[in-house]
Amino acid sequence: MLFPAKFLQIAEERLGRWGIPVTVHTDATLALIAALPFIGALFPGLMIRVGRNACALSAGWATLSALILLITLATEVWRGETVVYQVEWMPMLGLNANFRLDGLGLLFASMILGIGLLIILYARFYLSREDPMGQFYTYLMLFQGAMLGIVLSDNILMLVIFWELTSLSSFLLIGYWKHTVPGRQGARMALAVTGGGGLALIGGMLLLGQAAGSYDISVILTRREEVLASPYLVPMLVLILLGAFTKSAQFPFHFWLPHAMAAPTPVSAYLHSATMVKAGLFLMARLWPIFAGTDIWFYLVATTGLITMLIGAKIAIFKDDIKALLAYSTVSHLGLITMLLGFGTAAAATAAVFHIINHTIFKAALFMTAGIVDHEAHTRSIKRLGGLRQLMPITATLAIITSLSMAGIPLFNGFLSKELMLEEAVHTSWLGNPWIVPLLATFGGLFSAAYSFRYIVHVFLGPVRNDYPGHPHDPPFGMWAAPALLAVMALVIGIVPQAAVGGFLNVVSDAVTQEHLHPHKLKIWHGFTLALGMSIVATLGGALVLYFHAPLLRMWDATPKPDAKAIFDATVTGLHRASGLISNSMHNGRLTQFLAIFGASTVLLGLYAFFSSSHAPGMREMISPSVVDYIGTILLIASTMAIVTYHRSRLLVLVLIGINGLIVSVIFVRLSAPDLAMTQVTVEVVTLILLLLALHFLPKHTPRESSFSRRGRDGMIAGAAGIAIAALAYALMTRDFETISGYYLKHAKPDGGGTNVVNVILVDFRGYDTFGEIIVLGIAALLIFALGETLMDGKASRKLANWVHEMRYSKDRHPLMMVVATRVMMPISLMVGVYIFLRGHNDPGGGFIAGLVVAIALLMQYMASGFAWASERVRIPYHAFIGWGVLIAGITGIGAWFNGFPFLTSDFGYVHWPPIEEFELATAMAFDLGVFLTVIGAVMLAIYTLSHIARRTGESVNVSPMDYDPSTVIPPYSDTGRTEPPIPGRASRPTPKQES
Amino acid sequence: MEALLAIVIGLQTAGGVYLILRRRTFSVIVGTALLTYAVNLFLFASGRLAVDMPPIYTPGVTDYTDPLPQALVLTAIVISFGMTAVAVLVALGAFLESDIDHIDMRRDPNDLDLDPDEIPWEQDPRDPGLETPKGDFG
Repeated sequence: MLFPAKFLQIAEERLGRWGIPVTVHTDATLALIAALPFIGALFPGLMIRVGRNACALSAGWATLSALILLITLATEVWRGETVVYQVEWMPMLGLNANFRLDGLGLLFASMILGIGLLIILYARFYLSREDPMGQFYTYLMLFQGAMLGIVLSDNILMLVIFWELTSLSSFLLIGYWKHTVPGRQGARMALAVTGGGGLALIGGMLLLGQAAGSYDISVILTRREEVLASPYLVPMLVLILLGAFTKSAQFPFHFWLPHAMAAPTPVSAYLHSATMVKAGLFLMARLWPIFAGTDIWFYLVATTGLITMLIGAKIAIFKDDIKALLAYSTVSHLGLITMLLGFGTAAAATAAVFHIINHTIFKAALFMTAGIVDHEAHTRSIKRLGGLRQLMPITATLAIITSLSMAGIPLFNGFLSKELMLEEAVHTSWLGNPWIVPLLATFGGLFSAAYSFRYIVHVFLGPVRNDYPGHPHDPPFGMWAAPALLAVMALVIGIVPQAAVGGFLNVVSDAVTQEHLHPHKLKIWHGFTLALGMSIVATLGGALVLYFHAPLLRMWDATPKPDAKAIFDATVTGLHRASGLISNSMHNGRLTQFLAIFGASTVLLGLYAFFSSSHAPGMREMISPSVVDYIGTILLIASTMAIVTYHRSRLLVLVLIGINGLIVSVIFVRLSAPDLAMTQVTVEVVTLILLLLALHFLPKHTPRESSFSRRGRDGMIAGAAGIAIAALAYALMTRDFETISGYYLKHAKPDGGGTNVVNVILVDFRGYDTFGEIIVLGIAALLIFALGETLMDGKASRKLANWVHEMRYSKDRHPLMMVVATRVMMPISLMVGVYIFLRGHNDPGGGFIAGLVVAIALLMQYMASGFAWASERVRIPYHAFIGWGVLIAGITGIGAWFNGFPFLTSDFGYVHWPPIEEFELATAMAFDLGVFLTVIGAVMLAIYTLSHIARRTGESVNVSPMDYDPSTVIPPYSDTGRTEPPIPGRASRPTPKQES
Repeated sequence: MEALLAIVIGLQTAGGVYLILRRRTFSVIVGTALLTYAVNLFLFASGRLAVDMPPIYTPGVTDYTDPLPQALVLTAIVISFGMTAVAVLVALGAFLESDIDHIDMRRDPNDLDLDPDEIPWEQDPRDPGLETPKGDFG
């Protein structure tokens, strides 16, 4: 799909305003890049059967191809162009699959794919034979796809979806070692925190989209004034930042990251240093042009970043687990970058971007070295390590290079961005105080140097010990290749920064700030500046802290600290208990109480609506009732009141409800609705039979078990509801209205080919509804069947098998008169059914009514001779009726496609066969046939199920159609002395053949 | 006529609501049946009332009743049969499995005085004449 011209125009205008030579380039490659990781996720699970190498390769090829495709697009981005691609999905909601690649997206995408490739290589050697590698790579690729989706989205709603996908896939990755308790708990905690932040983010993004008038990032970035003028600016920003801060482990949400270290080290290196935790930074950088420079942004973001940097760094110094040390150092560095983004100046944003690059490089490498140490020495505790330099020289070299980079030592890449950070800190005053930010930033640098030195000194330097849990030695090349590459990059950037990343940094900074910046060239030596002094202080201070580490650690251990995990667990338990209390008190299982509340509140709401608006009396002319109308009304009132009065006597109620239904059908006749009358009568019959059959197994009386006050309360609710409905119905009927039925009346004959408009509506105009309804009916019948089958075993079945009938039966269960009468009536009623079916299109009738009539005709046979006797003579199962009915109706509808019409468009024509007069054939009739068959099947299946239950109780099955069949009776011989003729029909009764 | 129909609809609604507030499944089923009548009549009445004006196209006739509510109500009647049948089977299954046809769910079926408002039916002092459904338990 081509990119809409309007959009291109907007984008060009916007970029043109900033003086960037603009071109927006549409390229479908972008969508392919975003899709490749997901495609790649399909293979590892299969390829693991071939082997571990094949499994890793199958994940690697997708990442590599995506990376190569990204590089093909990089040249365009390098020129300052924005590559976009749009797939329309839900344009009405503003939810489209819009992709966008600019400098910022390119930076993150290359990080995700580049580091991803290295991690795939590293994990191949890291994972042991016991670990399910197929799962690992599948999760990893899913995560990679979600992450790529975030950075390539041009639509904030799509971004949010990918954002939540990263939370889910990281949950799987953190909990990869399912058998470990920390793995499961860490995964849950990460999901709760980052997923919860994602929920906040959704709210914030919706507010942002509303304020900006669009959900496309390209457009939102041009609407700074509108967004900042929004009355919801503060909640919007707070919600968005909640999402970003939880994801990027900012204080006070930093606690999940160290617990996520229970994951395998490749996951830690990938998610928790290079990609996922940087998603929050990405979001802040992406929205930087909108919010940066405002006070609220500065105080929220910069302050949080500063606090996080200090707290993370301080804790990292005292952690004994090397992965925990690195985790807290990551928290600290994320805080640093957040703080830089919060400063809101273009130079600080450039520094932030630069530190994102540097941190990714050295931290991923550091995690990998930690993984190697863990893998080879079998411990991650600093207390048990030391002197590894001699045993694993390559790993030690890599770790020292990257640690020095993290400490911010010159000639390593970390130094450059740290200098830029300190430089920016010097120029920042907080609440008018120019000292506090530089001072705290220096402390941050000091702590950072301290833990970096500690990682080197306490793990790799010192004497070789003789009590390592494992036998440390350098790993195979495949395992150290990835960190080695990253260490070389750290050195190259550190020594020749401008040549290595200078140009790239310009492109990314331009994209972040949406301005055309002309930054200073990256240099190692800036002369004697205040920042350099702070840096020297920080480094020396760091060394000093390490020298006094032992006493400091004792002090640290002596101070009480809040345990984040305990607080988190207590919070979760408390929430769980509270929600349990609420839902248990509300869902106490008393359905009557729910219904009473529901009924009463509906009435009250209606009352409120009634009294809060004005009313005019209805002017419609009323129909004057005749005497018959009065009689019918009185009958109905009497029967309804009798139902309520005698509802305890269940059999009587059935009779009364039958009367009620019959009068309702008479009302339909009187008020010009013949189709409804016929339907009502027939449905009434089958419903009553069904209820009678069911009542056979239910208590025959309802005991009085509600107190007087309770009955009074129910009566009041019911009375209020009745009065309300009566008033509403009266108000409705006495007002004139506009109907859309004129169209149906006009087009029924010429377009639908039938004169019975109700039937034409059912099978033609609104055929789709009818199609749905017969499917529902079929499903209901199948559900009944399934329920019945379930009752055929277990407790219910045993109870049925031992059933003692409470009521005595008539001796003549299948009376001769009834059998004969139903046999005679059978062909007649079938003919009536077919007649009603055929004429339905033009006169009252149709598939529904015909189906019911035929079902009743069949039911009469069943009643006369017993269900088993009759069903043995029916060859077609009722399920098939339902299936065929729906199928025929569906095929009829599909037939319209072949004539180029939409689903269920009917067609008709007139046929003349010589002996019969001309008649009409319509496809609607085939559709009606489907309705007809479904109705028969559904009704009969429901009755069949109930009779099936009856036979489980040991009801005997007739061999003959009737109990007393005079034609088989041998004439009595008085001289044999017999006084009674043998009754063949009863012959089977002493030894009833039981069916179950 | 309108007033009469409104009274009928209201009365059926009141009866239906009262019955669905009872504690036994059978009463609730009968109550929903009554409510179904009321709802169908109400829907039907939304097309306004007409006497002797069936929705059958006849040349020369200009006044018809509104066919659309009729079509809607027709399917509603049939669907209500399906609904009643499902409800009946569910009620039957619940009774067979639990020995009791209460609609309120309880953790313990014998714990009948959960609701202070309720009179345990085994010891109904006011209505000794009612037959207790002992026989149904087999």
